[in-house]
Amino acid sequence: MGTTQILFWFLSIVALFSAIMVVVSKNPIHSVLWLIIVFFAISGHYILLNAQFLAIVNLIVYAGAIMVLFLFVIMLMNLNADTEPQKNKWLKIAGVIAGGALLLVLVAALKDAELKNRMAEVNGGDIGLIHNLGMALFKDYVVPFEISSILFLSAMVGAVVIGKKEA
Amino acid sequence: MPINYYIFLSVALFCVGVAGVLTRRNAIIIFMCIELMLNAVNLLLVAFSKMHHQTLQIVNPHAGIDGQLFVFFIMVVAAAEVSVGLAIIAMMYRNTHSVDVNFLNRLKH
Repeated sequence: MGTTQILFWFLSIVALFSAIMVVVSKNPIHSVLWLIIVFFAISGHYILLNAQFLAIVNLIVYAGAIMVLFLFVIMLMNLNADTEPQKNKWLKIAGVIAGGALLLVLVAALKDAELKNRMAEVNGGDIGLIHNLGMALFKDYVVPFEISSILFLSAMVGAVVIGKKEA
Repeated sequence: MPINYYIFLSVALFCVGVAGVLTRRNAIIIFMCIELMLNAVNLLLVAFSKMHHQTLQIVNPHAGIDGQLFVFFIMVVAAAEVSVGLAIIAMMYRNTHSVDVNFLNRLKH
């Protein structure tokens, strides 16, 4: 197996294992840390596919900002493993079976898709480079880009208004 | 890498996220599983963009760049959604001192 294949399998196993640990951990802080490992594994996949800009943005935005926000909220609410509410055992089994059934349906639907022999180009291709992405973003997609800035403004205003203490 | 591998990896991550949303009672963990689902979809979009780039790059050297731009916008929306969602969760905790979704379910009483 070439280096690319070994890297792919290693990153996939790390991502899947960490995702399962996110769901299974009792302590919410452990869940956040496992989710950060998932984000690192997915950024590794992006680098393997030569999507360099998305790999770095994924790390900075998701692992660097969003997860830190989660950690702050968890620590401010002082949640730990013993304040975790316990779910009914049958509901947990039903949830796992529902997730497994969805997995089964999607895999069965997609395993004979006609594009199964197409390859995703790894280790090459220049559409992931920031120069080409930037040109496409600011030429063809400049209107969604500006609208997303208004979205951020409204999210900021909304978060501040929701979080205000009643006077 | 065959595109099948990326499809199955992304589907598996998505289903782990779905099982997490259905199984957990802590509102913050549910939120984190939603982020996991979004990331699974992002990975699949990037893989498909590379697949289209490989087959179409003779015709159009920037074929498939739309997939990666869409991932960029998904990350934008996810960041905004996380900030508003955590503000809501923090406010509910301030009112009820619990992040248990079964308890928050009884808001109407």
